Order: sequence, then structure tokens, then C-alpha cells
Amino acid sequence: MRQALLIALRDLRERARDRTAYVLALVLPLGLAGVFTLILGNIAGDGEVFRYVVADADRGVVATTFTDEVLRGAAANGAIQIRSVPTAAEAQALVDKGEATAAFLLPEGLTEDVTAGRAARIDVVGDVDAPTGTQVARSLAETYTGRLAAVRVAVAATVHSGVTTSPADLAAEAAAALPGTVVAEDTTGRRQLDPKTQYAAGMAVFFLFFAVQSGVTGLLDERRDGTLARLLAAPVRRSSILAGKLLTSVVIGVLSMTVLVVASSLLMGAHWGHPAGVGLLVLAGVLAATGAMAVVAAIAKTAEQAGGWQAVVAIVLGALGGAFFPLEQAGRALEVLSLVTPHRWFLRGLADLAGGGVAAVLPSVAAMTAFAAVTCAVALILFRKVVRP
Amino acid sequence: MTVLSCSGLSRRFGDVQAVDDVSFTIAEGETYGLLGPNGAGKTTTISMITGVLEPDAGEVVVAGQPMSTRAIAAKRLVGYVPQELALYPDLTGRENLRFFASLYGAARSRVDHVLDVVGLTDRAGDLAREYSGGMKRRLNVAVGLLHEPRLLVLDEPTAGVDPQSRNQIMDNVRALAAAGMAILYTTHYMEEAERLCDRVGVIDSGRLIAEGTRRELVEKLGERDRISLLLDGDLAHAAAMLGDLRDVRNVAVHGHGLDLVVDDARECLPVVLSAISSNGVVVRSVEVTEPDLETVFLHLTGKALRE
Repeated sequence: MRQALLIALRDLRERARDRTAYVLALVLPLGLAGVFTLILGNIAGDGEVFRYVVADADRGVVATTFTDEVLRGAAANGAIQIRSVPTAAEAQALVDKGEATAAFLLPEGLTEDVTAGRAARIDVVGDVDAPTGTQVARSLAETYTGRLAAVRVAVAATVHSGVTTSPADLAAEAAAALPGTVVAEDTTGRRQLDPKTQYAAGMAVFFLFFAVQSGVTGLLDERRDGTLARLLAAPVRRSSILAGKLLTSVVIGVLSMTVLVVASSLLMGAHWGHPAGVGLLVLAGVLAATGAMAVVAAIAKTAEQAGGWQAVVAIVLGALGGAFFPLEQAGRALEVLSLVTPHRWFLRGLADLAGGGVAAVLPSVAAMTAFAAVTCAVALILFRKVVRP
Repeated sequence: MTVLSCSGLSRRFGDVQAVDDVSFTIAEGETYGLLGPNGAGKTTTISMITGVLEPDAGEVVVAGQPMSTRAIAAKRLVGYVPQELALYPDLTGRENLRFFASLYGAARSRVDHVLDVVGLTDRAGDLAREYSGGMKRRLNVAVGLLHEPRLLVLDEPTAGVDPQSRNQIMDNVRALAAAGMAILYTTHYMEEAERLCDRVGVIDSGRLIAEGTRRELVEKLGERDRISLLLDGDLAHAAAMLGDLRDVRNVAVHGHGLDLVVDDARECLPVVLSAISSNGVVVRSVEVTEPDLETVFLHLTGKALRE
């Protein structure tokens, strides 16, 4: 073990003088994460609270229920801000000036239409520069009108069955019974990282695969440079040489990720979560990345060949694993395929950490550790040919 | 005392028998030259001696310790200077030495000592990549000396170096041998082998085909020293008179001179010159040709050493 440490320390000393290593391990991931956040962070919402206005020309029970229960309920959860204005024109003007994300126009006679069994309609006017906010407003309105349609049918059926209660009272009772909150955070099914953290973590885990390359490829460098023969002639076990190379990768990976976590938190405002959970994920992720890159290095004949193949593998795994964009946007097939990548488990672990405690990362840690165990074992078997007597 | 003993070493790579039943020994303080053309099996033999490669058959023993790829104790007794510059270019000379010293468990003070031995103390803090070819070669040798090995294996240690560095390396080797270190030395430079090696082994196609001192090899092959004389006077009389001398094996007349085949030209020359001058023949020029290792090598392998 001492000699594995000596070999790793020597490697690290040499890598510390290699400027390329800093670029790959620190500058590029931080830079790209920053660029992605700038470009995509606002499109994705970035935790923005949508500002809606509502113009109620109806003032009946159906309109009041929508405003008081649905919209104010959502506002109470912090998802939106709601403001009432007297007229539709005023609401539209606020949207045009960009002071409101969207406006809900509740037309005169809305309640009457519902109680009379006629089709009900809520108009939504959105800001063209806020497509996500407009879409959310439309969804709120459509959900409510869809339920109104059900109420309308129920009222009609009740009237036809001979009940003596007036249709207006029936409609009022039904409307009052509508569930108020339609915009809510589902903390079990929709845990997501905020965009800054998503891109910082995505870039960090993507470039991690490049950062750990140098350690495991070092064995091929040693063979090319003739120093491997000297190591083999030294009183050092061959397993110590291999262990030293793997250790180099792990140390570089952990250092790189630690600096990225701290720097992205301080410079970009990324929220990685509880340090213990992040630490577990980072360590498991580094081991998995080391294993994957070690397998590629062990298959390659030269360090140059290994570098080329490792870049391809790192890019493919990164793309599949959601390092560049949230996998929810990519479709079911890719989401399933992504389960074979450490990137996916790393990001999922961070999302779980954001929605739960440290223990929530354990499934992801287990998956990445299993990936590391398999790949490292394969790499050690394959590497024997490099140090074969 | 025998430091290195190789017996029946063999190693095959696929269809190629790289080394075939090679046996030799090196004693304490002895410098042994292993000579052979490219692909003769020198590096494979050295790889087995240093524990880099496992032999298919045969045995290597270093100072009583059996050598193998797993023989940690035996490896501590061997210093290896590979043909390639086995250095880390992004470490300084001192850092390179410290790393290998730590692997061998050598004292840190040894680093400064070997830097001094190879004349690199002033440049110890420079990156190895900034060294000249000769300095790199000297650092390469220094690594092999760090742990004061019983056996030092030098594989072409002077390949491609400037004359100054070559002389320094050769001076180091002589001093180490004088201090009792056993040295196995391969080289393409015949004059190095002649100057440094107490004995040489000639390896060709994986087999050790001859072994001994230069004189032993020359005699084994029937090669003799030659003295060529350009004379003024009675050549026939001079030839007859020289032919009677004890160490002269053959005399031939050609033009204005004589060609003599003798046992040992250095011992014989004064006697020959004295005999000629005492008979009134004037010597215009003398040329002595001693069969060297190049001649031996050519005779044994049919190739020049650098082929």
C-alpha cells in the first residue's frame, strides 16, 4: 500500500504541473456550467414566480371560486403572484407592458352559463416573452374549465332527475366543492434540481470523466516512456503499480469535484445539498468514472489511442446520462437507457438529496458503486497484459 | 564471490526462441560485457535477470537470492539502467531520484551522493525534460546507483551521448567495479567493451556462443596479432632471421616489406625490431594489428556489432 501511495504521489506531483489538467478538471466545467445557466436558466424558469392578473367581470360564484380558491390557493403556495384589476383592458395593458406574465379574463355571465348548462370559457392573455408562465396560466384555466364541464353535466342530470333544489344553488354547491389547489409541488414524483445546480452538476460529472483519465492512462504513458520497465524491476508488487494508478485518478477526481462544488456554489449560486450526501455521491461518482476510464485505457494499445476512446466514451455516457439537459425532456427510451450511466445516478442522487435527507442518496450511491466495482475489476484483469511477465 | 549466476535461461515469444539455454556468472568487482547484434536476445536476458520477465526455464540467482518477477528481496540487490531514458520529464532530477529512492527504501542522503557521482548536483533542481541528452543519460545511470546494489545492470548506457558524458559514465562504471560492485554491461561500442569489461559473452540468436576475456576469445578463434614492416635491405635474409624467432608464427615477403603473424605483438615487437636493426636492415615503418572484439564478433556471428 505504501508503494501504491508513493506511485500516486509521484503521479499527482507531475499532474500538478500540467496546465491541461486544470483546464479539463476545473475551467471548462465551471465555464460551461456558467454559460448554460446564463442561456438556459431563465428559459427553464429558474424558480421565477409568475405574476398574474385577473379581471373578473362575472362576479358570480364560479368566477369567485376560480379567483379565491384556485388562483389564491396557488399564490398561497408561492407558485404564483395574483392581482385583481377591474377591467379586462387594464389586465391586458399590464401584460402588454410586461408587468404581468398573463391575465385571466373571466367574462360576464360565466356563472350563468355554467348554471344554465352552457359552455363556460375563461380567456388567458399571455406575455409573448414568457411562454412558460403563459403555459402555466393556460393549464390552470383549462383544468378549472374542465372541471366546470363536469359540474355542468352533473347539474343537468340532477335537474332532470326531479330534485327540487334550484340549478343555481346546485351549481354554487358544486363549485364550492371543487378542489382549490391545482398548482402544487409533488415532492415525491417531481424532484428536480434548480437549473444552476443542474448545469453545474451536469458539467462537473461530465468533465470528471476527463479529469480521471490521466491517472489510469498513466500506465500506458509509463510503458511508452520506458519507466514501466524500471518500475517492474523495482521491489514493487505489480498490484501496487496498478493500485497507484487507480488511486491517482480517484484523488484527482475528488479534488476536481470538490473545487467545482465549492466554486459553483460560491460563484453561480448552485445548491448541491447536504455536504455528507454530496460527499457520498462525489466519491461514488469518482470511483465509477475511474472504473469506466480504466477499462478503456486497459483495452487501448497506446496512451494516445486511450485518450481518443476515452473522450468518445465520456461524451456518449454524458449525453445518455443527462449531463447536458434534464432527462425528463428526452423521452422514455433515453430515460431508461440512462440508467446504465453513472451521470444519471449522480444527478438523480443530487435531486433526491434536494427532496429528502442524506439517506435518499443511497440508491444512487449503490448504483454507482456497483458500476465502479464491475468496471474496476474488468480493468484490473485487462491491465495485467500491460504488466505481464 | 559470485554475485550473479544465470543457468539455463530460456524464453520463447510465440514461435521465436528469444533466449536459449544461456548460462554465465559475474563475480564481485567484475564487469561482464554482453555483446550481440540487435535481436540477439540481450534485452530479454537482462529482463529476466532484473525480474521484469519470467523465464520459461532456467534460474537467476543474485547474491544467493533467487530472482523472479515477484522476488522483492532479490530486486533490492539489483540496480537497473535501461536502454531507454526511464525518467519522468516533468519532475526535476532530484525529484526523480527521490521517487526511486523511496521505492527502494534508500536513504535520502543517497540522492545527493549519486547526484555528485554523476556530476548533476548543480542541475538537480531543473526539470529532467530540460536536460541535455548526456545529462539525461547520467541521471538514468544515477537512478540505478541509489540503493547501492550488489549487481548493476547497464543496458547501452552511453547510447547517443556526447564524449564528455560517455567518459564520465565509463569512469563511474570503473570506480563502481573497483569498489566491488558486479556489473553487467551491454553496448554497441566495441571500444567501451574492451576498456571496461573483464570478460565478455557473445550472444547471437538467443544463444551464448562464446565467453571469456578478449585474449581468450582471440586465441580460441585462432586469431593472431600481425606486424607489418616496411624495410630497406635484404628482405629474404630478414625474413629467414625473423622466422627463427620463438613467438613469430609466420613471415611473408611483399614488395618492400614483411608481414609477420605473432602470438603477442606487444611482447614480440621489441625483439623483432632489435633483430632487424642488428642485421643492418633499416625499418621505414611499423604497423601492428591486434585482433579486437570486433574481429572476434565478426568471426563468431558473421555480422558487425552495430548491424
